[in-house]
Amino acid sequence: MTSELDIFVGNTTLIDEDVYRLWLDGYSVSDAVALRVRSGILEQTGATAAVLQSDTMDHYRTFHMLERLLHAPPKLLHQLIFQIPPSRQALLIERYYAFDEAFVREVLGKKLSKGTKKDLDDISTKTGITLKSCRRQFDNFKRVFKVVEEMRGSLVDNIQQHFLLSDRLSRDYAAIVFFANNRFETGKKKLQYLSFGDFAFCAELMIQNWTLGAVDSQVDDMDVDLDKEFLQDLKELKVLVADKDLLDLHKSVVCTALRGKLSVFSEMEANFKNLSRGLVNVAAKLIHNKDVRDLFVDLVEKFVEPCRSDHWPLSDVRLFLNQYSASVHSLDGFRHQALWDRYMGTLRGCLLRLYHD
Amino acid sequence: MPGKLKVKIVAGRHLPVMDRASDLTDAFVEVKFGNTTFKTDVYLKSLNPQWNSEWFKFEVDDEDLQDEPLQITVLDHDTYSANDAIGKVYIDIDPLLYSEAATVISGWFPIYDTIHGIRGEINVIVKVDLFNDLNRFRQSSCGVKFFCTTSIPKCYRAVIIHGFVEELVVNEDPEYQWIDRIRTPRASNEARQRLISLMSGELQRKIGLKVLEMRGNAVVGYLQCFDLEGESGLVVRAIGTACTLDKLSSPAAFLPACNSPCKEMKEIPFNEDPNPNTHSSGPSTPLKNQTYSFSPSKSYSRQSSSSDTDLSLTPKTGMGSGSAGKEGGPFKALLRQQTQSALEQRGGSPHRFCKRREFPFFTLTAFPPGFLVHVGGVVSARSVKLLDRIHNPAFVGIMGNTRSYKLLDWNSFNADEPETRDAWWAEIRQEIKSHAKALGCHAVVGYSESTSICEEVCILSASGTAAVLNPRFLQDGTVEGCLEQRLEENLPVGCGFCHIPYDELNMPFPAHLTYCYNCRKQKVPDVLFTTIDLPTDATVIGKGCLIQARLCRLKKKAQAEANATAISNLLPFMEYEVHTQLMNKLKLKGMNALFGLRIQITVGENMLMGLASATGVYLAALPTPGGIQIAGKTPNDSSYEQHISHMQKKINDTIAKNKELYEINPPETSEEVIGSPIPEPRQRSRLLRSQSESSDEVIELDLSHGKKDAFVLEIDDTDAMEDVHSLLTDVPPPSGFYSCNTEIMPGINNWTSEIQMFTSVRVIRLSSLNLTNQALNKNFNDLCENLLKSLYFKLRSMIPCCLCHVNFTVSLPEDELIQVTVTAVAITFDKNQALQTTKTHIEKSLQRASTDNEELLQFPLELCSDSLPSHPFPPAKAVTVEKASPMGEGNFRNRSAPPCANSTVGVVKMTPLSFIPGAKITKYLGIINMFFIRETTSLREEGGVSGFLHAFIAEVFAMVRAHVAALGGNAVVSYIMKQCVFMENPNKNQAQCLINVSGDAVVFVRESDLEVASTQQAAATCQPLCTGGEVTT
Repeated sequence: MTSELDIFVGNTTLIDEDVYRLWLDGYSVSDAVALRVRSGILEQTGATAAVLQSDTMDHYRTFHMLERLLHAPPKLLHQLIFQIPPSRQALLIERYYAFDEAFVREVLGKKLSKGTKKDLDDISTKTGITLKSCRRQFDNFKRVFKVVEEMRGSLVDNIQQHFLLSDRLSRDYAAIVFFANNRFETGKKKLQYLSFGDFAFCAELMIQNWTLGAVDSQVDDMDVDLDKEFLQDLKELKVLVADKDLLDLHKSVVCTALRGKLSVFSEMEANFKNLSRGLVNVAAKLIHNKDVRDLFVDLVEKFVEPCRSDHWPLSDVRLFLNQYSASVHSLDGFRHQALWDRYMGTLRGCLLRLYHD
Repeated sequence: MPGKLKVKIVAGRHLPVMDRASDLTDAFVEVKFGNTTFKTDVYLKSLNPQWNSEWFKFEVDDEDLQDEPLQITVLDHDTYSANDAIGKVYIDIDPLLYSEAATVISGWFPIYDTIHGIRGEINVIVKVDLFNDLNRFRQSSCGVKFFCTTSIPKCYRAVIIHGFVEELVVNEDPEYQWIDRIRTPRASNEARQRLISLMSGELQRKIGLKVLEMRGNAVVGYLQCFDLEGESGLVVRAIGTACTLDKLSSPAAFLPACNSPCKEMKEIPFNEDPNPNTHSSGPSTPLKNQTYSFSPSKSYSRQSSSSDTDLSLTPKTGMGSGSAGKEGGPFKALLRQQTQSALEQRGGSPHRFCKRREFPFFTLTAFPPGFLVHVGGVVSARSVKLLDRIHNPAFVGIMGNTRSYKLLDWNSFNADEPETRDAWWAEIRQEIKSHAKALGCHAVVGYSESTSICEEVCILSASGTAAVLNPRFLQDGTVEGCLEQRLEENLPVGCGFCHIPYDELNMPFPAHLTYCYNCRKQKVPDVLFTTIDLPTDATVIGKGCLIQARLCRLKKKAQAEANATAISNLLPFMEYEVHTQLMNKLKLKGMNALFGLRIQITVGENMLMGLASATGVYLAALPTPGGIQIAGKTPNDSSYEQHISHMQKKINDTIAKNKELYEINPPETSEEVIGSPIPEPRQRSRLLRSQSESSDEVIELDLSHGKKDAFVLEIDDTDAMEDVHSLLTDVPPPSGFYSCNTEIMPGINNWTSEIQMFTSVRVIRLSSLNLTNQALNKNFNDLCENLLKSLYFKLRSMIPCCLCHVNFTVSLPEDELIQVTVTAVAITFDKNQALQTTKTHIEKSLQRASTDNEELLQFPLELCSDSLPSHPFPPAKAVTVEKASPMGEGNFRNRSAPPCANSTVGVVKMTPLSFIPGAKITKYLGIINMFFIRETTSLREEGGVSGFLHAFIAEVFAMVRAHVAALGGNAVVSYIMKQCVFMENPNKNQAQCLINVSGDAVVFVRESDLEVASTQQAAATCQPLCTGGEVTT
């Protein structure tokens, strides 16, 4: 006796969250059945392995049919074939677009192209995430990227509108799209200590302040591309380190203000010029695409690592950066106050986030 | 020229890409009705076209309106080659033809293609302007309402229940026409879909005409079926119960009962008989002795026609129960006479064209209180027929754009030909009627018909429950009869229907009678089998459960007559074994009655399958069932005896366990007090066995063995051993689950609104080698049990829950394939309220009585306003009027709740039940009857057979929901999947499936919404759950 056909169709589509997770994680039916058996479900329900097999097959088939709709979530809402309560629809979408931290760290900032897709094999081996799941996550990134890349308006809003994701997940996707578009390097060894959350935080700040959308909401690609004019202007900041008098003045203002307030005051005083040179040079270089890509490498090399080697506490870093940014206003003869604020305001936020072990 | 159909095509969405180059589609729409076609403009390059067309107007006869579907075809415009069809939508406009149903059909319909499935959606608006036509000889029957529901629909009241209506229509199957060899599968499928749609329309119209002749205005329990007879044609047949219904739309119309489906959902306001006539001296006519041989009579009626020989065999099965006590006897006879006269009277009614009144059958399974007086037992008849080509001389043209094929009414055309499908059914019905008579009954309720076809052999089956009915509902309002007040005295609530309708001294079959355990006045049988739902006033102890008997029998492959003979010979044995199994399982459950019994016999190439499903309950009125006693044949073998006693212990344990599980704790009664001096105190079932089996196995019973009413199972061979084993292999559902095949589960009355309707299909392939009956039985049994287990597992999140209306269908699509299709609804109930005391029940029924009285107010008034001769209601009626509770009309007007529009947007519930828990049905929008074909030539790519069928069933659900939503409804009740024919050819990577579904589209309003609206008098007369007002939408 062999089962030729075995189906169950409900007027309301049954969604088993556990099986959905197994499916999303890319397990085959037999692996999923084995995992469910291990979870002790047979003992709880008194079911047999055959029942579990049939149930799992059924859910997998349903998910497979739903997958086409999940690629364009608004379709899931308007389709008539599967009657699914709204809360369940939201769950299906949110889970489908959720991603693994380990996976996203591997592809963040990489070009979402076929070439990268070939690397998925390696990523799968490295992270222990099934290839199927890697593919889904990668395809999700790519799909979202393609849809919102050329769109006007807020990146997060666009993602939310076209993929019906939660606010948090939309922000994450905005970061992914932003990183992919600007190809920020995140894979270097010295960046390994950073989490996706760190990068997403920086991405959000940069989108808010450094993109075209930050100044003009009527242009294409406003949130995805950095404001070229702004990057061009940044080289004007060079005067802060190139002009020796200005650099000395800046240092003395900062040191006066912070004396007695920092536990690492002497180290700060000794390193001030190096640090300032580092931060300003990063700004001046951003005109080149290659240097934009290396932004995070540079920030870590030029600021985070020196401070860390001197064991600056985070509170001191904050005090220093605040004072460092603010005291520029008291420098007579420096005319690019607004530009400096736009640059340093974001950079300060990023650096504070990046500064950890 | 009585109708104008208006159609507007608004827009499309999610269309498929038809032009690969642009990834877009240039779509336009053809709207066709009858011979007229309109087209919209081409909407260039869009997957979401906005046609916003003008109103297309069709001026048509109402006859066409009833027969024809509106056909909407979406196409992709192609400048250089033929336009490609994207898909079609068929819209049945019948619901627009009743005044009370839907007024407009408007909404998104899935665009369906028989090869690709659903391809996007189209937004359509349809309206009908109907002109009144007073032509008496008209052919249409617009205005007759159809209901699939097998009880009086919720917002109606039955004024008269007229009786049986049936019709069948025959045509050639387009799939088997010569043209099919050259046309595409798509064209062939579409021709079939359209033809069936047309035939069902015609059938419905003809039934409607019969109803009008009977002066009815509705058909309840309408069941339409297709017989795909292959080469020999396509039969569409329907049965139903003609009624005169009154809409409870007046302000005072207040149905407290229909809101709490838990108990009195099928309540219709005739709870007590208002007729105060006293029975003076009823002519105590002695009952005629009705002789009836119970053994299956192998009556071959060998009929020969010019070309073919037909074999017909009808094993009769009459199972009965009930009792006429000494006083009850004459009274009952009187009642029966009245009923008969009522039925016959209609037969002789002065309608010229009406000559079908000979069958007092009712397709209803639930009745207004007081309607059902006694129940005799199940009656069934089967007949094996050979199909020959339906002689259809009408020109069957190419299915083109016009309606070039003519439909033939088999009845009229082949009037001189005796071998008609109609004659076959008439024969079977006659058989049923005589069975009912033998049980002392004049009517058959819960009546249904079915067929099973394999190649050229067809088994026709009919079954129902013999019953004695209260004539008051059956009369045309001319005679009130002399029903007396004593009726109520004689029919104590909750047990009256159990009392035997036949004469104790002339029982149609030997039965073990006792005095009713409820009223102690009249006789009841030890076991009662019926095809109807549990009457709402029946007193049940504990809960019920689904009981199934499953059986397979191998048969040799044979041709034509030899095959039919072989089947005919097997049938009585199958019937007998199915009954034995049912009886054994019922005893094992510690119960004494079966409701909703449905026995399906399916014929295949090399086997016969029998599947009986029913809901077992413990009726308080019937005696406690005895246990099952096992007796061995070789008493000297000690190890054997040990084995026997071991088995016995197991059985006893199971019975005890089941009693606990189903909470069966009947009050202990001393047997001696009510013990009856019945001439032959033998076990009915036992006798059934010895009778039904042929003479070689007449075993003398050792009655001294154990308790008198213990049921003895003799283990005389391995077969019997198998039987006992299989009894014990049925595992009860996991805790928190109950199941039944009736509308509601006895003993559970606190349903929540969480329901889940589902269809599950399984096909297994038998290993072809060395198939034995035992192996086959085991396979089949495992198939059903595993299927149930899977359902329990899948629905575990709904616990505590009950599977209601579990409907199994078996088919044998190929040699080694068994297909089982299950449709049911899972309903969650509230465990905490599960233990409602009897006190609340009493309160409820009191409340019900008071409101019922109130409703009776309307009854005479409405009857008087009827064109019929006035109903001479006795003046004492006024008493009832005065008793009516002072419920202000205004109250009801004030509490109209918002219609469904703002609640639950888009969600359409589907259920095989006639009600929706926790909600009140406020409007019936019309019948849904849809037929779909799906075919694929890329089976593997669509996920194999499972993927293909899964997608198709999901699509069918979607199309049903879309149609209901477009009618303005939010639910389908009495939903049924009547056919699911699946054929595959994996080698060719092909599969085809036909599905036929039906149901009633309704509007419901949540009780919680109603409660908000009703503030004032909920406390006064009704308990909170019972509140409900008529909602004007």
